[in-house]
Amino acid sequence: MDQSPMFETPLFETHVGSPRNRVDGRLKVTGAAPYAAEFTAPDLAYGYVVSGAIAKGKITNIDTSAAMAVPGVVQVFTHQNRPRTAWRSGAYQDEVAPPGKPFRPLYDEHIVYSGQPVALVVAEDFEIARYAASLVRVTYEAEKHQTDVAKVLGEAYVPPKKRSGITPPPKPKGDSEAAFGASPVKVESEYRIAVEHHNPMEMHATTVVWEGGGRITVHDKIQGAQNSQSYITHVFGLSNDDVRVISPFVGGAFGSGLRPQYQLFLAVMAALELKRSVRVTLTRDQMFTMGYRPDGVQNVALGANPDARLQSIRHDLIAGTSTFEDYQEATVNWSVMLYRCDNATATQKLVKIDTYTPADMRAPGAPTGLFAMESAMDELSYKLGIDPVQLRLRNYSEVDEANGKKLTSKELRAAYQIGAERFGWARRNPVPRSMKEGRELIGWGMATGAWEAQMARTAARAVLTADGRLEVASATADIGTGTYTILTQIGADALGLPMEKVTARIGDSSLPKSPVEGGSWTAASAGTAVRLACDTVRQQLFKYARGMDNSPIANADLAQVAFQGERIALISDPSRFVTIADAMRAGGVDRIEAEETAVPDKLVQARYSSYTHSAVFVEVRVDEELGQVRVTRLVDAVAAGKIINPKTARSQILGGVVFGISMALHEESMPDHNLGRFMNHNLAEYHVPVNADIHDIDVIFVEEQDELASPIGVKGLGEIGIVGTAAAIANAVFHATGKRIRELPITIDKVIGTKETA
Amino acid sequence: MADLDLPLRQGFAPDAGISQALPDDIPITLTINGERRELHVRPWTTLLDLLREDLSLYGTKKGCDHGQCGSCTVLIDGQRMNSCLALAVTKDGCEVTTIEGLAAPDGTLHPMQEAFIEHDAFQCGYCTPGQICSAVGLLKEGHARTPEEIREMMSGNICRCGAYTNIVDAIEDVMAKEGAK
Ligand code: FES
Ligand code: FES
Repeated sequence: MDQSPMFETPLFETHVGSPRNRVDGRLKVTGAAPYAAEFTAPDLAYGYVVSGAIAKGKITNIDTSAAMAVPGVVQVFTHQNRPRTAWRSGAYQDEVAPPGKPFRPLYDEHIVYSGQPVALVVAEDFEIARYAASLVRVTYEAEKHQTDVAKVLGEAYVPPKKRSGITPPPKPKGDSEAAFGASPVKVESEYRIAVEHHNPMEMHATTVVWEGGGRITVHDKIQGAQNSQSYITHVFGLSNDDVRVISPFVGGAFGSGLRPQYQLFLAVMAALELKRSVRVTLTRDQMFTMGYRPDGVQNVALGANPDARLQSIRHDLIAGTSTFEDYQEATVNWSVMLYRCDNATATQKLVKIDTYTPADMRAPGAPTGLFAMESAMDELSYKLGIDPVQLRLRNYSEVDEANGKKLTSKELRAAYQIGAERFGWARRNPVPRSMKEGRELIGWGMATGAWEAQMARTAARAVLTADGRLEVASATADIGTGTYTILTQIGADALGLPMEKVTARIGDSSLPKSPVEGGSWTAASAGTAVRLACDTVRQQLFKYARGMDNSPIANADLAQVAFQGERIALISDPSRFVTIADAMRAGGVDRIEAEETAVPDKLVQARYSSYTHSAVFVEVRVDEELGQVRVTRLVDAVAAGKIINPKTARSQILGGVVFGISMALHEESMPDHNLGRFMNHNLAEYHVPVNADIHDIDVIFVEEQDELASPIGVKGLGEIGIVGTAAAIANAVFHATGKRIRELPITIDKVIGTKETA
Repeated sequence: MADLDLPLRQGFAPDAGISQALPDDIPITLTINGERRELHVRPWTTLLDLLREDLSLYGTKKGCDHGQCGSCTVLIDGQRMNSCLALAVTKDGCEVTTIEGLAAPDGTLHPMQEAFIEHDAFQCGYCTPGQICSAVGLLKEGHARTPEEIREMMSGNICRCGAYTNIVDAIEDVMAKEGAK
């Protein structure tokens, strides 16, 4: 039994906290779960996007005559004939847009990045649209472009407008420069990561169903149906009644579905103009013509005393953004926040390059920044001759070092200990290149991970009907995260129902208001909202039950009863109970409905910071001759508050870890700066791990009580699995080979081409 | 669905004045999930697009359209294959099993589908139909015996959500149960 501070009545946990299979599992394994491109309509037309060929300049001419002449082509839209849309760029600003002027598809002749959509061919079927798109002839006047961050570092600037929702770098503490100079032991280095594209397996797609009379139903690949809805209404001047967005299933997104992508605009534009249903699906190549995880040049300098106490931390970043928006993510903050140190400075600047605006990608900023910081910590541990875990414990902090605030909870110490134990860290020979088996060098490395535990204002509705069924609903999304399942568990326990009697509805703009599903805040926010709505239903139901003639619980108050097994029973004497059906009958109602909004506690926010933490331990095996690195064993000990569903939670961490392995060893969008374009825009050349790349992953959830992070004790899990993983792998590679590789991904050429420093 | 014997998509009469006349449809016969279908398809239509767009069998997914991800895996005459790489006309006379055809007519799931649910071998579910068809094909091939071999031979199916370890567990589970029979 768990009593959360915000809720007056105890909740008997039958489902919450226990492993449960996904409630949408059957739909997914039978192919019956419909994704955005799988909704259909009579007379559906197919749109195919023509992508621009230059990185910067102007379209001087578009010849669509050959395309239009193909039988079956309905229309070719370009900037010359597109229908009128909102004039102000502000209308294109979505819920999570960074400061700036959002990209407006087909707006005018200007080209601002390579791969920019320049035309949409709409035809009676997909192959005709695709064929006709190949016949559209575009001529350009190219201007000189710049896509290389390293070439424009001199133009770096502090973004004048901070991105809402993103914590800017903390204020400097002490004098990091002087302290660094005075430190007897120091490390200082530059770090780079590769640009990465999200590449969910489902390509971005939108099906717009023309309902007649100017009304449309939109199925979009999006992490928040209401974000797409408000984008459409603002851009096309429609009302909320005209536009309903229904996206019950999202085939992965990892952040690429936070902001509406250009296919949404194009599909809606075509549907409104042609007054018919239209579907636009992007190709895999085109998945490289949208937001990406930005690369940047990072510098980390650490100074310490011989007793291994940090004296100075400095972390500077210059990252790329587009010419039209100032994308910002929290990258350097973590280095200051994590460790006890009196002198710390973190700065973050931007440079403009001719690409699309970067986008939030799984734990935006954190794995980038902590790759640098945790690599530097590892390097420092060798210089100091101290075990890497010990170094972190020596500098452990119980507060948020970035602002001095208390923490809602922090079981990172336990995570280090439990993770190390499970991994067998004590058996590690600290000397690099000391562990070998056959022709493989073995390396053991570790790193710390952290992510903000957030809550966002979210509403939910609960409806209990006389047949004893409960529906809980909120306009949030499930992108593979397990939202359907955990909301079902929470609803079931709140009213003492079996999960089969509870239905969770999400992914629909007509449902109670929810922000985009992201930042790991959904379980805490939507979960709390569902719990609140169910609580209101509980109270109503209890009133009916107590007011019944000869009610067996007539004298009880809410705290003295348990909602369990479809009954309301006295805790002290469970034989005295009222069934849900009887209670509703007594109340003379056939449904009880409540809508409630979960709001983060301002007071808690003012006094506390809240983070999830992890300790990642990795074994790599490196074939020295071939330079090939394999992650053969990984333990991730995660402290993330309450775990609602250990089964889906474990999957979340597994997925994050695989993303981390990918970041460390595989993923890289390779630009050709002469062309200003990412060249390996397909899944054969853009490497992500396949099954053979992934071995033993051990996920541990460290016991962590947190009554402040969210009313239901949840901190969120979507991001933490990736954070620290890449750093731990790089550190393991150093331990195996004596080579410190400071640029991700760690590919064969780098392993062979880097000199040993130990 | 009743036997279909009609052009699936609206025909477009080639216009004499236009050089872009389209090729004619070609009649083929496919047995899809046990049902014999007489179809007329364009020579350029892939089996994947035929399944999805013409037959509304959207269970088979498109993740790349280039044979690089395995999302579109179906069983053709019992063998796993990327349906995006097969032109429908080349499969005339074949038997195709898609994810929609794996469960029994009464709705009882195939053991591999059950195992995927039990082991939480998916997250977003988009790669899942391909993974399951591939796993069913793998078992029939009978080459994979160890987890290492399963990993290797399942490497044509990318899962961006990273459910790999659970996928291997699910397949091992079904293998063990079949072996025990
Ligand atoms: S869609 Fe066929 S292999 Fe990717
Ligand atoms: S479950 Fe999402 S790609 Fe595999």
